[in-house]
Amino acid sequence: MAVGKKDISCPPEAIGTPIKDEDLKKGKVTYYEDYPDLRYAWTAGQAISRFLNELKKGRLIATKCNECGRIMFPPRIFCELCFKPIDDWVYVKDTGVVQTFSISYIDPDARPLPEPIIVAVIAVDGASPKMGIMHVLGEVKPEDVYIGMKVKAVWKDEEEREGAITDIKYWKPVG
Amino acid sequence: MRVAVVGVGYSGFNANTPDLHWKEIMFEAAVRAYEDAGINPRRDVDSFITCAEDIWEGFAIFDEFVPDQLGAVLKPTCTICGDFLYGLATAYMHITSGLAEVAVVEAHSKASDILTFGEVIKFAMDPIWLRQIGNAHPYYFAALEMAQYINECCITEEQIASVVVKNKNNARLNPSAPYGGKVGIEDVLNSPMVFDPMRKIEIAPRADGAVVFVLANEEIAKKLTDSPVWLKGVGWWSETSNFDTMSFNAMYAAKAAKMAYKMAGITNAAKEVDFAEVDDRFAFKEIQHIEALGLSKRFETATLMVEGYFDRNGELPINVSGGNLGVGNLLEATGGQKALEVVLQLRGEAGKRQLSKAEVGVAQAWRYIPTASGAVAVFGV
Repeated sequence: MAVGKKDISCPPEAIGTPIKDEDLKKGKVTYYEDYPDLRYAWTAGQAISRFLNELKKGRLIATKCNECGRIMFPPRIFCELCFKPIDDWVYVKDTGVVQTFSISYIDPDARPLPEPIIVAVIAVDGASPKMGIMHVLGEVKPEDVYIGMKVKAVWKDEEEREGAITDIKYWKPVG
Repeated sequence: MRVAVVGVGYSGFNANTPDLHWKEIMFEAAVRAYEDAGINPRRDVDSFITCAEDIWEGFAIFDEFVPDQLGAVLKPTCTICGDFLYGLATAYMHITSGLAEVAVVEAHSKASDILTFGEVIKFAMDPIWLRQIGNAHPYYFAALEMAQYINECCITEEQIASVVVKNKNNARLNPSAPYGGKVGIEDVLNSPMVFDPMRKIEIAPRADGAVVFVLANEEIAKKLTDSPVWLKGVGWWSETSNFDTMSFNAMYAAKAAKMAYKMAGITNAAKEVDFAEVDDRFAFKEIQHIEALGLSKRFETATLMVEGYFDRNGELPINVSGGNLGVGNLLEATGGQKALEVVLQLRGEAGKRQLSKAEVGVAQAWRYIPTASGAVAVFGV
């Protein structure tokens, strides 16, 4: 049993004076706004260039390390565990299994989303276990998603694809 | 305890690298360094240190992106927000404290990925106090410093031009220097005055590349190689971020050198140092840095420059590699390229540009505009 004074009460959160939007507009808070123009164009390199170009064709490609035998997806030019260059390129399927997921209701600016977004990590069929892709699920109700659910990529039409991860619109349940 | 450089590797240096992702550049440099050291990073390395600044990369928490391409997955890894030479200092501490027997230091530049370079530099300026003043490219920061410095030290246009001439011509003997050229004084004086008193050719253009070093304690070093290069001293120092109150005399380099020389037991740098690689990302900076490193006296440096004292066949060769004016601005890998050149010279592996006397060499890097910070490393055999 705890000793000492027990009737200490504490509010569940500190109550202060919140800053209102109009306080900022009226200049009651001294601040300075700036919007830096920071732009980059990251060259994709050997592995990811090939990966993106294959996406354009509606295919998923991985790389293989003959030392540990892993089929690595997304592809890289080296095996990070054996620390050696890769040995081969292999296609993997555009089907897989949901490894983990989150039904996300809030946007990056902390506002409610009109419809929840189901973000999932999908272990891709043909790649080594737990190697896969983080993407979104579609054509499924949030309450029906489960870990272990089989899914398949839904691609954009060929003429709309641009060699980007968004060439896959979403993954939908199969079977 | 002594700390040795037992392996070096690099990738580049190139004006642009459209064929490789920055991770692939790092991998290339790392493979070469491990091969050079004769080690397996998965088994033999106790600590991995990279030097990176998120704003150059264009994404945050850079340390998270490091392990794969260095062989550091599931190993102790950390990132220093600064130049390669700061990374060397950290590796030195990891080894001398006993935390690590073998440590790896990496720095890189993928400057060609940056589209708005001027705006990115401006991001380093105080947003309220400095960033909104005028809309000139922030290279003017270096020109402001230059104007005061050349005025104080009575340095002429021709003397500044002789730095460019020396380094661009030195770079012609360096196959890894993309900006070398048969440049004469007239060529420099004909270069457009872009930030008066600074001409375009006095500004180091950007370059891509990566540098990886393997360092080890004395016991391991002697097992790995018969001819280790010793990291004899390191130092780093900052003045102030207030551009209005900086010395504009590279006090950061003078103090960092003092710290490094003390560790290395150097009392008269001008006599004891055989050669140096100093930060020359703006030509006047080379003169300023030579002076700050105590390699020549104030007011005499520019005259010695013209007389050929710092030429590759001079008394005290500076930037034999071609410096940043010849190799390029390598962002946080700037000190890495300088340390690399020092190690190659000390090993006698500098090819056509090999110096005849190379026993003690110094590498120095500045943290670039708009800073007054930098680091120095002393190497010896």
